[in-house]
Amino acid sequence: MDNFLFLVFSLLTLVSALLVVLNKNAVNAAMFLLVSLVGLAGLFVLLDAALLAFVLLLVYAGAVVALFLFIIMLLDTTPGTQKPFGKFSIAGAVLGGALLFVGAHMVGRNAPKAEAVAPAVPTMKNYAELLFTTYLLPVQVVGFMLLIAMLGVIVLSKKLASPTEAAS
Amino acid sequence: MNPAGLDTYLAVSALLFALGFLGVLLRRNTLVIYMCLELMLLASTLALVAFSKFQGTLDGAVFVFFILTIAAAEVAVGLAIIVALFRRRHTVSVEELNHLKH
Repeated sequence: MDNFLFLVFSLLTLVSALLVVLNKNAVNAAMFLLVSLVGLAGLFVLLDAALLAFVLLLVYAGAVVALFLFIIMLLDTTPGTQKPFGKFSIAGAVLGGALLFVGAHMVGRNAPKAEAVAPAVPTMKNYAELLFTTYLLPVQVVGFMLLIAMLGVIVLSKKLASPTEAAS
Repeated sequence: MNPAGLDTYLAVSALLFALGFLGVLLRRNTLVIYMCLELMLLASTLALVAFSKFQGTLDGAVFVFFILTIAAAEVAVGLAIIVALFRRRHTVSVEELNHLKH
């Protein structure tokens, strides 16, 4: 059953990620990103990280994709202006894909089979204990970075004087 | 018990990363390039969670929290930059954003 669910969720993630790459319309690409996120959250649940799956859906599906859609519709760019891929792009894609396949094959051939050891129970309490003891400094740094990002966004989205206005 | 092993999760993660990278290389719309960057970040979080589970510690999973925070901040700043760019140049296509070149 778990194997079947793994197959379903990984296919959902990968196929919709491919559609994000290939879709001409940016709004559709954002929607497929959402589907891909749901698949990834399913994979997280299979890995016993239900809390992370929840946070992923909250932050990404709730905030990031909504922000993407908002900006896409705000800018209102014309869809379908993607030019067909050139010869070099296709050759590069084939070469890169072949290299990736060979590399993954070599790594996979030599890898010892990892077995799941007795897991640390991923409860909210265990996460909190790690976050507020071992990783206290990174938590503080990340908090400051969020503050700086907020200030940066405010500064960036202020109406700047256009060059013609500045000249006059 | 989870029958899917670490290597299968890592394979999914590598494929997701490759798809994101392909998108960054091939697409010309800045917003779609941004989405593909997000896909690459998500692939790395999947690898971290899988490692964390198969190692039996929570450190990798805690790291995912930090990655999510950084990604959220990055999206906010990046989209603000794209909007500012669109105000000046009236395009988001990377092919037309070549004013440093000429």
